[in-house]
Amino acid sequence: MKKGHIIGLGIIAVAIVIIISSIGDASSYESFSTAKEMASNGDEDPIHVVGHLKKDSRGTVTGLEVGEDKTSFTFTMVDNDGTEQQVYYNEPVPADFTRSEQVVVIGAYKTDQMFVADKILMKCPSKYQDNEFREVTASKK
Amino acid sequence: MINTFIGNLGHFMVILAFVSAIITAWSYYQYTIVPETEKASWRKFSRIFFYIHAVSAVSIGVILFNIIYNHRFEYFYAYSHSSEALPVHYMISSFWEGQEGSFILWIFWDVLLGLFLIHTNKSWEGPVMVVFSLVQAFLVSMILGVVIGDLKIGSSPFILLRDVANAPIFQMNPDFVPEDGTGLNPLLQNIWMVIHPPTLFLGYASTLVPFAYLMAGLWTGRYKEWIRPALPWTIFSASILGMGIIMGAYWAYVTLNFGGYWNWDPVENASYVPWLIIVASIHTMITFKKSSTALKTSIVLVITQFILVLYATFLVRSGVLGDTSVHSFTDLGLSGQLLIYLFFFLFVAIFFSVRAWKDIPSSEREASVYSREFWIFIGATVLSLMAFQVILPTSIPVYNAIIEAFGGISNMAPPADQVEFYTKFQLWFGVVVALLTAVGQFFWWKKMDKAALKSALVTPYIISLLLSAIIISLAQVWNITYMIIVMAGTFTVVANATILTKLLRKSTFKLAGGSLAHIGIGLMLIGIMFSSGYSDTVSINMSGLTYKRDWEDELNKENVLLWVNQPLQMKDYEVVYRGRHKKLEGVPGYVSVRKLEMTGQQNKAIALEDIVIDEETYHKKGDEVDIVLEENSYFEIEYYQDQQLQFTLFPMSQPNPTMGLISSPDSKHYLNKDLYTHISAINSYDDPEWGEDKEYKATPGEQFHLGDYVTTFEGGEVVENVDGVELKEGDVAVKANLVVQDHDRQIRLEPIFLIRGNQVGRIPVTNHDLGIKVQVDNISPESNQFIFTVNSHQKDYVVMKALVKPYINVLWMGTIVMLMGFAVAIYRRYDEFVKMRDKGLE
Repeated sequence: MKKGHIIGLGIIAVAIVIIISSIGDASSYESFSTAKEMASNGDEDPIHVVGHLKKDSRGTVTGLEVGEDKTSFTFTMVDNDGTEQQVYYNEPVPADFTRSEQVVVIGAYKTDQMFVADKILMKCPSKYQDNEFREVTASKK
Repeated sequence: MINTFIGNLGHFMVILAFVSAIITAWSYYQYTIVPETEKASWRKFSRIFFYIHAVSAVSIGVILFNIIYNHRFEYFYAYSHSSEALPVHYMISSFWEGQEGSFILWIFWDVLLGLFLIHTNKSWEGPVMVVFSLVQAFLVSMILGVVIGDLKIGSSPFILLRDVANAPIFQMNPDFVPEDGTGLNPLLQNIWMVIHPPTLFLGYASTLVPFAYLMAGLWTGRYKEWIRPALPWTIFSASILGMGIIMGAYWAYVTLNFGGYWNWDPVENASYVPWLIIVASIHTMITFKKSSTALKTSIVLVITQFILVLYATFLVRSGVLGDTSVHSFTDLGLSGQLLIYLFFFLFVAIFFSVRAWKDIPSSEREASVYSREFWIFIGATVLSLMAFQVILPTSIPVYNAIIEAFGGISNMAPPADQVEFYTKFQLWFGVVVALLTAVGQFFWWKKMDKAALKSALVTPYIISLLLSAIIISLAQVWNITYMIIVMAGTFTVVANATILTKLLRKSTFKLAGGSLAHIGIGLMLIGIMFSSGYSDTVSINMSGLTYKRDWEDELNKENVLLWVNQPLQMKDYEVVYRGRHKKLEGVPGYVSVRKLEMTGQQNKAIALEDIVIDEETYHKKGDEVDIVLEENSYFEIEYYQDQQLQFTLFPMSQPNPTMGLISSPDSKHYLNKDLYTHISAINSYDDPEWGEDKEYKATPGEQFHLGDYVTTFEGGEVVENVDGVELKEGDVAVKANLVVQDHDRQIRLEPIFLIRGNQVGRIPVTNHDLGIKVQVDNISPESNQFIFTVNSHQKDYVVMKALVKPYINVLWMGTIVMLMGFAVAIYRRYDEFVKMRDKGLE
């Protein structure tokens, strides 16, 4: 057994640990119903749910309630299966939240009624897609 | 009128740059393989074409900047990245806000590096420039913007708006030019964003140099000789890329709102991973120069770093990170092209390596544990494992994409808490690296055996233990993991400082690069540990007033709500929000919006009173003043301790029409810590919702409650002049003097009542901070009462977060020391290369 072999084995061992832990710590994309199932089985690991905000026929976001001290809020999110769920987020409403096309919440169920997000990622319509040209009064320079 | 000429010229330059790059590659290839007698003419021909390429590549940049600078909004790039109001240095930022601009930047740097290499090399010029020109051809193809049927090659920065936007206006008037562009992302309106991208892309571009030397060496059979010219460039790459990454981190710290400088976001990771591998390759290359081992490892690492840069480019620009990163570029449909680029060079590199593998000298000697080669090799291994640990989870979206491309379903997501996940590993790797740099340096400069090692290490070891003990007890580090980091970092600094002093005593400063860089690394490790591990949220509401549901108890609220002028106790500080301010041209500090009246013209306002800062009057009442970026508001936050005002911060926030609320923090810098404050939500300033009119009656001297405020009506007085109203003969103007008590502030409100014949006029006052509007409705002389009508809306407020980042300056200081070390090492290695070249021993 040469030293080189021992080092090689050591490297391989560390690499395997890294791979296993990455797989172990990787989260997963779920729907609200599978997430609920996981929670009821006592699995409290945070998961990702992809969906969008609930909007009425005119496109206004409904179900957004900002807490009294404005440092937290709840909103209604619809996942890709169409399940509606109230989500609580312990931060002020992020910029551009209501304009988002798609929302990813990372978190878990705290009670069976309330999904608590630790983090929210938003996909907003890119500014290249708005076809309205803002009327700007030309400043005379 | 649309100027199509300049765009066509730009597009022509792109095509010229592309074609000339291919011709240059081909002719340099000829130059390399033809017999000696024909070389001179081929070289001349190749150089001419590379110069043509250089001129056209630089022209692309000049033309694009001209389009931005002259506000040619008929062009999509100018329309979507800049606007009339931008100052010149932000126009430079808008140049590289888009992907096309950053590709142009990359192409530009490669051109400069290529010109430099042509004029500093003799025998390497041919093969190296073949690789260079091929890379240039690929990079320029990214901005070609040629569409053949459904196939789109590259995305041109010179397209006209009318060709992209399907707005009806263009059908009516094809020559329509928008009045203004959509502007530059406000987050990029920062001096660091002017200099961070060029630095980062110079770092990326320079990774090509060692790779090109390696390919040249493998192709022409000089398997060992490529190391010498490549080494200074590898160190150059590591230092510039490192500087670019740190600048990005610093930009995030002063501009972004996540409360730190590093978030383990995929885009950040994508730049960090190649850097680690470059640093590892420096070490194996140095080892080879010293003792002819680790050549094969160096080859593998140099290929890996170059491919990783391409992979990082792919990750960031292909849209594959879509919903996992906060700031990846939008997808321009270039992912296929980027992959072809990546696989082409991967294939070429593997092909040449395999072909040459059996002829590459490798030492059969087994390295002893007391040899420097062994320790350096371990160090390079640890750095590679670090890179592996980061790139593996970062690539999760890529696995999903691959599995889905083959029709499978994968719902794997990145770790939910990125910061915690990566830190867990990188922290211990950092400790190992720190220990290795300390021990490795001793091996490097001396032949070692057991006894020698012991005697060499014992002094630094004891000194660093003592120092660690002092740091740990003074800074109160009671966490075992953090204690170990302090010890490892201190040990690195002390051990390398020992080496440094020995070197400086014995020889020149030229050899000090390694020990300096390692001292920097040790300091950075300590700085990172303190500023991240002991980052303390101070914005915890201590007033006892909380609004929680039962299950929220375990969640810490890290933001506090501050009503204007209403003090709030949070941890060690009492904070008061004092209202909004603007920044004025030529006026130091900030000016309260109460002193300004907006004119409706962009960035112009009228001063409502004299603007005096530090006893110096900058503007008189009634002057027109220039606001720096009108949409930026600065929120005055006062910090008190023991009733004493300690300092005032002005975090910025901008309600942006396309992006929502954009905020930038402000920090109070102490020598040993930063107090970092940012705004997370503001009261909107659009038309507030006014409540119902309320009527109050008061006689002079009377106190009454105006909404929530105790208010004193001091009395009325007849005034001779009224702002904005011409008083005629016989007019009577009466001013009511009201004093509103808002916590510790007294605010005077002076509504005016005008009588002209049998008509009355009322001039109300509005105070947005208090959210009230008061007007004198009537005066009844018989009861000596004034009748006020008061209307109120919500008071102004901010929601903010504040953190203390201890010893963050140690991190910045470490960075500077590390970069100095790199600079010294570059100088030394380049000097070696020049000396050997001039001896004809390239």
